[in-house]
Formats: sequence, structure tokens, C-alpha cells
Amino acid sequence: MTTQTLTMKLNGEEVTVQVKPSAMLVEVLRDQLELTGTKVACGEGECGSCTVLLDGRPVNSCLVPALKAQGREVLTVEGLASPGELHPLQKAFVEHGAVQCGYCTPGMLMSAKALLDQNPNPTEEEVRVAISGNLCRCTGYAKIVEAILDAGTHEVER
Amino acid sequence: MKWEEYLVPSSLEEALAILKEHQGQARVIAGGTDLIIQLKKKEVTARCLVDITNLDELKGIELEDDFIRIGACVTHQELASSSLIREKAAVLAEGASQVGSPQIRNMGTVGGNIVNAQPAADTVVPLMALEAEVEVVSSDGIRREPLGGLCVGPGQCTVDATAEILTAVRFRALGPNQGSAFARLAKRKALSLPILNTAVVVTLNDGGDTFQEVRLAVGPVAPTPFRARKAEEALRGAAVEAQAIAAALELAAQEAQPRTNPVRGSEEYRREMVKVLLRRSIERAVQAARGS
Ligand SMILES: Cc1cc2nc3c(=O)[nH]c(=O)nc-3n(C[C@H](O)[C@H](O)[C@H](O)COP(=O)(O)OP(=O)(O)OC[C@H]3O[C@@H](n4cnc5c(N)ncnc54)[C@H](O)[C@@H]3O)c2cc1C
Ligand code: FES
Ligand code: FES
Repeated sequence: MTTQTLTMKLNGEEVTVQVKPSAMLVEVLRDQLELTGTKVACGEGECGSCTVLLDGRPVNSCLVPALKAQGREVLTVEGLASPGELHPLQKAFVEHGAVQCGYCTPGMLMSAKALLDQNPNPTEEEVRVAISGNLCRCTGYAKIVEAILDAGTHEVER
Repeated sequence: MKWEEYLVPSSLEEALAILKEHQGQARVIAGGTDLIIQLKKKEVTARCLVDITNLDELKGIELEDDFIRIGACVTHQELASSSLIREKAAVLAEGASQVGSPQIRNMGTVGGNIVNAQPAADTVVPLMALEAEVEVVSSDGIRREPLGGLCVGPGQCTVDATAEILTAVRFRALGPNQGSAFARLAKRKALSLPILNTAVVVTLNDGGDTFQEVRLAVGPVAPTPFRARKAEEALRGAAVEAQAIAAALELAAQEAQPRTNPVRGSEEYRREMVKVLLRRSIERAVQAARGS
């Protein structure tokens, strides 16, 4: 099968890769670029474990054809931390015990990041709406919500 | 078979030319939130996907004279957050804000919601109450027609996505004495398809105590998006008071044909709930009409 060329800005760096025309973004990220932080569970848009940011907005990378990222910015969980230091959201998740099995965590973090970038000091309801497309099978929602609220206020204090 | 080509044309002409050249083997993709799943399940096949989301003609929400024109590739997120839509077609902003999840609303488009032709589509039910018309372009030219005629059965739309492109929807912006509201019943607040949804547009007289016109759209209670015409007729010229509304809603519950469904509940329950949701929507629409 012939491939097509995809160039995107991935976690801040320009990346060019040959992809199958039918590849989903998550397949290219995980299988070709070896960024396995992004998870796949349902493959149908229902669970949010594959959430990445496309031009700053959360999307389900299991439903997004890779070639939709052409010329655009993609941020995955690997792009959150800076060298040697976790992102404030990641720290808050650790501090609040918001991670149980961890499978939903990368997607939760990306949805939370998109929210805080637009609205650094959200209400609890706004947090719940922002993560409404992310399922946590371990049902740790209370701690996840607390962690996001906490990360929000820290960002504001800075 | 999986598609072998993914093309991203930069003009409408180019997109139509690609479709024509592939003679039924190429298919339009917008957000892909319906289509990718249908392709994965092999319910739909295509040799080539033509991504139309970069086309300027299909973007943007504009007020032209008294009409609002929405490009087919406008996303649910854009509809829900547009101040123009919230002000002049609140029912549509409310419907769009209820679609799926933030991730789905960021990708899913109004055009895709229409062409996918589900009788409970959360933007189509509001657009039915707004009496929207659509613009469809093919290499043979352009056609404009009422939205209500497009969907001919569950999942069946007269727009042929292998040859035609729905470019825009258009409807009259709500004016003074008009108000609208959307209501939705589902098992959860997010990521769950509606058991029922209702969209209402009311026009009151200057005194705000009589219905001049009422439009009641309900989904999914028929194979296609449904308007409760008998109830609408009963409310024309009626006083804005509980008894008249209740009498009309009895008609609506009879007209609607909800069916027992393992996910959506029993016919009896859903018939009762048609009345409840419509009443709530009418009350909010009346408030909005009096407030404006
Ligand atoms: C997890 C999940 C939850 C969902 N929840 C809801 C919900 O709550 N409410 C709801 O209403 N929907 C829901 N949907 C369905 C879907 O998101 C919407 O119908 C969406 O609006 C489809 O738009 P799209 O741009 O993604 O369409 P696509 O998937 O790109 O296309 C859908 C169909 O329309 C055709 N098409 C698209 N645009 C055009 C055009 N401009 N001209 C011609 N043909 C075109 C395509 O060929 C395809 O056949 C959900 C989907 C998922 C996966
Ligand atoms: S794997 Fe993408 S939403 Fe579940
Ligand atoms: S921590 Fe296990 S799924 Fe959320």
C-alpha cells in the first residue's frame, strides 16, 4: 500500500512521517513514533483514553485520521513535563492520589490541560464537563476533580 | 477494505472534481466521528476519503440580512460557544452543547450530523424547529431545500456523500417576541444518546400572552426528525396558559410514535416523557420570548 507524508508539530517539534492513508492518529503516535503514553481502549470515541490536543483542543485520537494532523500542532502526554520537572497537573494528580491503575490518566491530563489553558480557575462543574469524555474505570473521579481544581489555583498563584 | 487515499482539497471545485473522478468510490469526510466508526465496522466502504474541513466555503457562522448561515463544517463546539447562535437561535446552541463529549464536539460538525441522518441528532432536531434549509452542491450545480426533506429514514439522507457536498444550513434568526429552548433526556449527562430530545420555537403576540406560532420538534419518535404538527396547530392563537398547553401536548403525545427500545425505554414511558420535555421546553421558550 502506498503511504502519504504527514508533517506536524508534535510536542513542540516538527515531525515528518510516512503514514498509511487509513492510519488513525493514535496508531502513528504509538506504533510509529513510539509515544505509548496515549492509550487506546474502546477505539470508538466513548472512553477518552486516547485524548490528545489538536491545536490545543482535546480530540479522540482513535477517531482522527492521522492525516488530519497535517500542518497542525499535536500535544500528547509526553509533551506535558519539562525536562526534570512534572507539569503542575501531573504533580497534582500524584499529590491527590488521582491515579489508580493509570490507564485513563494520560487522557484525563490532556482534557484537564485544555481546560486550564482556557480557564485557569475553573469551577468544579466546569472541571466535570471538561472531563466528561474521559472514563475512569477505577472510578477515581473525586480525586481527579480535586487534583485539577488544585492545579488550577496553583497556576493562578504563579 | 480500508481506504487507500486521503485527500485534502483546498477548494470546493477541487473536492467536487475528486468525487466525480472517483465515480462513487470516494466519500466526503468532515469530523469523521460517525464515518470512521462506520468504516471500521465496514458498514460503509470507500476507496478514497475527501476531507472537506479545510474549505473556507464550509466554515463560519454569519448573519446575512435576517438569516443565519452556518457552514457545514462548523463544529458542535463552535455552535455551542457562538454568541450569535446563543442570542438568536439558543435552541441550536443548547442542542450542540449536549452532543457526546468535549472531544466529539471539537471534531463533529453540523453537516455530518445532518447527513448521518439519525432521527435524534442533537443539532438536527433544533434545526427542524428553526425551519432550516440546506444548500447542497454537486458538479451538476446547487440545490436548496428544506432540511425536513433530507432525511428519508434512519441513517438515510438524500445527500449522496460520494457525489455531493452539503455546504451550509440557513434559517431566519429569531427576532423580538420569539424564544426557543431545547430539552434532552438521556441515561447520563455525557456520552449517551438521547432517549428523547425536544426543540421548541415560540412566537408570542406583542402582549406576550398569546401564541402566534409554535414549532415543536421531537426526536427520536419517528423514522425521521419529527414535527408535532397537530399540537402546533392547536397552539396557534391559544392563550399562554397551562391548560391550553397541556391539551396540545396530549395531541403531541398521540402524534409521536416512540417505540419500545431496550436502551431508550418503553413506548408508554417515552410517550409520557414527550409531554414532559415539550412542556419544559415551551415554558423556557416563552420566558425567552418575553425577555427579549
Ligand atoms: C462517542 C460518540 C458520541 C456521540 N454523541 C452524539 C450525540 O450525543 N448527539 C448526536 O447528535 N450525535 C452524536 N454522535 C454522532 C456524531 O458525532 C455527530 O453526528 C457528528 O455531528 C457527525 O459529524 P462529523 O463531522 O463527525 O461527520 P462525519 O463522520 O465526517 O460524516 C458523517 C456522514 O456524513 C457525510 N458528510 C459529512 N459532512 C458532509 C457534507 N458537508 N456534505 C456531504 N456529506 C457529508 C459523511 O460522508 C458521512 O457519511 C456521537 C458520536 C460518537 C463517536
Ligand atoms: S480509545 Fe479513543 S475514545 Fe476510547
Ligand atoms: S485510574 Fe484506572 S481507569 Fe482511571
